[in-house]
Amino acid sequence: MIPLVSNTSQKTFISRLMQYPVTRAILALIVIFVIGLVFNGGGAFFKWPAHRDMLRQYSVFGILACGMTIVIITAGIDLSVGSMLGLSAVVFSLLTIHRDWNPWHAIPACIAMGAILGVVSGGLISRFRIQPFIATLAMMVFARGLAKFISGGMKISTSIQQADGSYIYKNDPAIFKMIDSRILDGNLAVVTLIFIFCLFISWLILSRLRIGRYLYAIGGNEEAARLSGVPVIKAKIFAYGMCGLFSAIAGICQAAQEYQGDPEAGVSYELTAIAIAVIGGTNLMGGRGSILLTLFGTLTIGYLDKILSINAVSEAGRLMLTGVIIVSAVLLQRRRK
Amino acid sequence: MHNISKRFGGTAALEGVSIELYPGEAHILAGENGAGKSTLIKILCGVYSEYAGRIVLENRPVKFSSPQDAARHGIAAIHQELSLIPAMSVSDNIFLGREKMKKNGTVDFSAQTIASQKILKRLGIDGVDVHRPVEEYPISIMQMIEIAKALSMNSRIIIMDEPTSALTEPEVNKLFETISALKLQGHAIIYITHKMEEIYKIGDRITVLRDGRFVAAAPIADMARNALIRNMVGRELNEQIQRRSKVCAEELFRVENLDIADPQGNRNLVNDVSFSARKGEILGIAGLQGSGASELLNGIFGAYGPVSKGSVFLNGNPFVVRSPGRSIEQGLALLTNDRKTTGLVLGMSIVENITLASLPQYSPVCWMRNSMEQKAALRYKQELNIKADELSREVSSLSGGNQQKVALAKWVGTKPLVLLLDEPTRGIDVASKHEIYELMNRWTAAGCAIILITSEMPELIALSDRIIVMHRGRISARLEGDRITQENILHAAMGQEREVA
Repeated sequence: MIPLVSNTSQKTFISRLMQYPVTRAILALIVIFVIGLVFNGGGAFFKWPAHRDMLRQYSVFGILACGMTIVIITAGIDLSVGSMLGLSAVVFSLLTIHRDWNPWHAIPACIAMGAILGVVSGGLISRFRIQPFIATLAMMVFARGLAKFISGGMKISTSIQQADGSYIYKNDPAIFKMIDSRILDGNLAVVTLIFIFCLFISWLILSRLRIGRYLYAIGGNEEAARLSGVPVIKAKIFAYGMCGLFSAIAGICQAAQEYQGDPEAGVSYELTAIAIAVIGGTNLMGGRGSILLTLFGTLTIGYLDKILSINAVSEAGRLMLTGVIIVSAVLLQRRRK
Repeated sequence: MHNISKRFGGTAALEGVSIELYPGEAHILAGENGAGKSTLIKILCGVYSEYAGRIVLENRPVKFSSPQDAARHGIAAIHQELSLIPAMSVSDNIFLGREKMKKNGTVDFSAQTIASQKILKRLGIDGVDVHRPVEEYPISIMQMIEIAKALSMNSRIIIMDEPTSALTEPEVNKLFETISALKLQGHAIIYITHKMEEIYKIGDRITVLRDGRFVAAAPIADMARNALIRNMVGRELNEQIQRRSKVCAEELFRVENLDIADPQGNRNLVNDVSFSARKGEILGIAGLQGSGASELLNGIFGAYGPVSKGSVFLNGNPFVVRSPGRSIEQGLALLTNDRKTTGLVLGMSIVENITLASLPQYSPVCWMRNSMEQKAALRYKQELNIKADELSREVSSLSGGNQQKVALAKWVGTKPLVLLLDEPTRGIDVASKHEIYELMNRWTAAGCAIILITSEMPELIALSDRIIVMHRGRISARLEGDRITQENILHAAMGQEREVA
């Protein structure tokens, strides 16, 4: 008498499988992979270094995308991740190169700074009800300014200009070399390991901790969540705090890879991070998405870029093609009613 | 309108309703919640274009395909939620979508300004600068601007749905003056209200609906208050709903002199309300639209933050009204009246919705214990007879009745002492309704107190041990035992002081 639930038994196995966002994300990745097999850049795609380098290059973006995913699940957005990366790179280089800080003090200091700035964004958004777009846009500009202020607009590197105009040269700090190195006979970059660690932390938060459930509920229906006793303000501050924290980690990696702290580093990285989350299938409207999707999103965007570069597509062509492919991937993943 | 019928799926919202409207009259449309007033209005102003029966306008049969179509024929509706765009100027709002154009294709702002000023003057409104954005004016002026918009379309029929619910006393008087002026100018007005005094102050004739059927129509002078109430009530009482558990003598929950301000803090939604509920009791709150009953429950629950005045006691201890989270900790639960927008997270699974309000139980030290959660959800699924093949299914895929049970399961899962239920049976099938009645019996037998709001009078009467009736944010009657009758409730709900013989 009462209709139970929509009848799924009549649908085919494939279409039932396609209901899951993960299947669609994998499909998008497979499509890119097949394109890579066809346009293999004279066989370069069949060789391991292509994949290894892609992973290394996209680890920093992947770390940013972890934080971005957490924020997007709450139906928010964080535009400040690129600037925060730059700020963190500058501060980390300054502390380790100029001030000779012990890296095990400098790393927590940078991460704490990122988390605090993220908490500020989160507070503006949840406590003072500023739209996430605006609040994090302001933070983006502010953090970039702070990075330039701290660095005096110069790259913080091992060659340090003295007051009399002469240079003194310092050795690269050991921590830079360590983060920039590879393990397993040079097959796995340390930054990739850090990316995997960030994925794991995000997975813990989103899937295993109570706060993760709160984040999904807020993104799905903030009012219903509030009336169910969900601490909306705290949870949102936590989300932006985590996003700032991951941005700081990404900044440390970036500094180590470049052996300097560039106050201009990370410009427009926020857009790549958003693209990764969205291509993975995390919904910008909030409430849906997962960190696994973001992993697939990172690989999809990373392979896309790699395939275009091994085929020597010009930068102009790469940008245009990336735009087209982002739209196609999102259309492919659209939830079917 | 002749013989109008409208069905939604299997249920008839209107059956053979007719209404006649003459120029220069204010026609009251009366009936309880769910009597079919809104449906009738929506047909008249073109929102529903599928219906049986016919509409005759000035001796010509018409059928409106859309609200725009109805507007072209001179029918305008002013709903409770105003349809103005806050940031746009008064004159731009009046001419929205029908801008006066110059020959060169640009908007003729000066013509619009002059025309809007003329209309506002006709309505007798001074001091409104038509260039200022609408949001700068109080709600009463906004309503006048809506009326001005209707007049600018040469509307001959103006429908007003509860226009006074947000107005203060002087503003109401001003509105009535305007309505009188409109009547003199030959406009016909359909006026929906739940306030007895307004009916007799402004109305010329009245049509009463009940359960989607036409009951009576008469000049206002020919229908005395008691006759009107008699016409409105008379819905069949449902013998199948049974109240079985016994009420204890022990008081569980008490509210004293409570005021609840609206979240913007402009005015009080609820004024000086006091009541108490005993263990195992179902306390019904009756009230027509705009009575403040729903706001009362939301306010007690802390949905609007701390209350401005008054105190609440639970189990003899002071109860802190601060936030929903705090209320849940103290043993209060609120089932909101709209499960889709405020009750459930539709994109989340059944399990996740059931445990949302009681997550700390399943995550000691912040760490989710999924098997514990699954087990609990399964238990509630069985206890409430939620029909779903898998608990991991999104709640949006469930039927209304099952969604409602998920929402109830969420609240029962918090182990509340007092359950506030706002329209627990709205929009669900009959079988689920009866299951929910049964659950309410079971919970009260276990010592819970339930405070119930429902717009279905037979349901309220059958389930409640006592009933308080609200009107304009105040308690207008407290009924017990034999005094619980549809007539008494309706009298009080419409703001009618009446001594019971």
